[in-house]
Amino acid sequence: MTYLDHAATTPMLPEAVEAMTAELGRLGNPSSLHAVGRRARRIVEESREIIAGAFDARPSEVIFTGGGTEADNLAVKGIFWARRAADPARVRVLAGAVEHHAVLDAVQWLADHEGAQVEWIPVDGLGRVDPAAVREMIGPGGGDDIALITVMWANNEVGTVQPVAELAALAREHGIPFHTDAVQAAAQLPVAFAGSGAHALTLSGHKLGGPLGVGVLLLAKGTDPVPVLHGGGQERDVRSGTLDTPAIAGLAAAVEITASRWEEQARSLSALRDELIARVMAAVPDAVLNGDPVHRLPGNAHLSFPGCEGDALLMLLDARGIECSTGSACSAGVAQPSHVLLAMGAGPERARGSLRFSLGHTSTEADVAALAEAIGPVVERARRAGLS
Amino acid sequence: MRVLAAMSGGVDSAVAAARAAEAGHEVTGVHMALSSNPQSYRTGARGCCTLEDSRDARRAADVIGIPFYVWDLAERFDRDVVADFVAEYAAGRTPNPCLRCNEKIKFAALLDRALALGFDAVCTGHYARLEDGVLRRGVDEGKDQSYVLAVCTPEQLAHAMFPLGDTTKADIRREAERRGLRVADKPDSHDICFISDGDTRAFLAERLGTAPGPIVDTSGEVVGEHQGAYAYTVGQRKGLRIGHPAPDGRPRYVLDISPVDNTVTVGPREALDVDEIVGERPVWLAPPLTGPRDCHVQLRAHGEVYECTAEPDGDRVRIRLRRPARGVAKGQAAVLYDGDRVIGSATIALTTRVPA
Repeated sequence: MTYLDHAATTPMLPEAVEAMTAELGRLGNPSSLHAVGRRARRIVEESREIIAGAFDARPSEVIFTGGGTEADNLAVKGIFWARRAADPARVRVLAGAVEHHAVLDAVQWLADHEGAQVEWIPVDGLGRVDPAAVREMIGPGGGDDIALITVMWANNEVGTVQPVAELAALAREHGIPFHTDAVQAAAQLPVAFAGSGAHALTLSGHKLGGPLGVGVLLLAKGTDPVPVLHGGGQERDVRSGTLDTPAIAGLAAAVEITASRWEEQARSLSALRDELIARVMAAVPDAVLNGDPVHRLPGNAHLSFPGCEGDALLMLLDARGIECSTGSACSAGVAQPSHVLLAMGAGPERARGSLRFSLGHTSTEADVAALAEAIGPVVERARRAGLS
Repeated sequence: MRVLAAMSGGVDSAVAAARAAEAGHEVTGVHMALSSNPQSYRTGARGCCTLEDSRDARRAADVIGIPFYVWDLAERFDRDVVADFVAEYAAGRTPNPCLRCNEKIKFAALLDRALALGFDAVCTGHYARLEDGVLRRGVDEGKDQSYVLAVCTPEQLAHAMFPLGDTTKADIRREAERRGLRVADKPDSHDICFISDGDTRAFLAERLGTAPGPIVDTSGEVVGEHQGAYAYTVGQRKGLRIGHPAPDGRPRYVLDISPVDNTVTVGPREALDVDEIVGERPVWLAPPLTGPRDCHVQLRAHGEVYECTAEPDGDRVRIRLRRPARGVAKGQAAVLYDGDRVIGSATIALTTRVPA
């Protein structure tokens, strides 16, 4: 098996499995006041400190959630509600056009149900947001009518890394909260919360070698979203629900290792990724690399194969034991052209004929070699089936 | 062989895929998404293009242990089946969309794509037997689907696989149960999959608009008004909404639909009898007819079988019935059988009535 879909999920690090399974056998609700509760709380708080340390945040800024989607929803909806509550005229939301659906659909929901005025921040042909364009969108009024700006750290489909620090600085200049979805970035690039200047930042456990079903919203002091989940008041009253000690322990173990080798892994993955792209292009000379060739996730290679249907390519590669993704949103089981590629100006045909290969901590030269060997015949075969 | 199993989410196609896999073929399951917006067609468990059906198909593929994909054939389906369905009604004919789907989608769009991608055959859950290019009725007389497959050409059938033809539906349900396919007790699909509420008339009215015109009797006297001739089918009795009864007090039936003058003709039951049928666009599975041949003909899905003599007539086929058939609608298929073996099929273009 050749696994080239680390952006979907990546194998749990053995240390994370160990930390999590150790906790699964232990008793304790971290909110309980007695001894077993205190023991569990200690695990949670130590994990919080590890995660805060790794991401340049304070422990009090770490809000545990049930995953990246929940953290995005909490940030987008919660900050919108809080900002609008403070000033009813503040209903504008500026959101990147190529956001993950966890942000995209949350923002659209605010527009459809909460009276938000959404303005999608355009991207260029490489998928980049231009800070000057955002400054223009904020407008001469200074943006006091803007509830939130949200732009992802790195794109999950095409891998383009955004100028997050610049955007955050711009938002701060105007007193507007800035949220960034760093789910993909955190697995592969140094992510510094305080250094970025963002007010809120989303992380997901299973994308960086931790367990499924746990995520984090880093929330700067003074940024207080209205909760999405109401209940026992855990996590600064922002996210109720009994804390998942085993998952949090596993997450902290994964974060600690991932952060300790960010730079080294970014270098090695970039080299492997460049080799993958070169060898695929050698086999299929008219393939097109999507996304920014420089400001790019180290493990991401996103390519369009003219005249092919992405679904057909995926199936043919799957049959040869190579696992990747079309990177297009799958709603109702029917692949729709990717909103990311469309926003980048690609025609529907290029959008449909694309594949995402994503490398991660277990990727090897052999994975790249297997793909390089298979891709030529697979593309040839898919071309025969055409785009119909 | 590398076999693509078309999986609707129902019990039949699930068992067909399981049987193909068990026979040693390399099977891949594919669910055809026939509407890009699944909610616009049927909602509920009976149709063939809902999200629930797609999930059921995926679950069945997982149980069988085969790869599974959803292929988007919505555009082709909309053009070749739905639009054709509407156009046929507009032309005063009564189409069979299941037959069209086999001809244009399952054994054309889907098969072509499968062959191009390196598959050898498409496997479906139809109840029919296919051996060495010979298409026969399925052994379950009540479920036999050879009628809706007879429109396929020998080239199409050369790449088809129907693993259920030798079994009854009841046994297939038991087999699904035994194989752990949870779709075992799912209700049969029926009606037309893309008409969500079963209201064909409303579906057509939405697409064709209203076009009021007269309903006349055989003497030409106007006996009522219709809102669109397309809403009627030859042989139909219900829903004519004719104000006053026939002079003899007997029920009246739709005898003819004429889109040219937007007229629906009604009359007594006997006037529905026909004894000669002209079929166009014949497809031959056995060697094409060169002269008259005594055989049997079936004129609608699950319909009665009539003894007949079929004879080629240029690019048409003339079918003379031994005894009259009643309520034969243009646009349906006339399928010729030799015993349980399909000889060929043609689209009913003309019917001739027994002189009164």
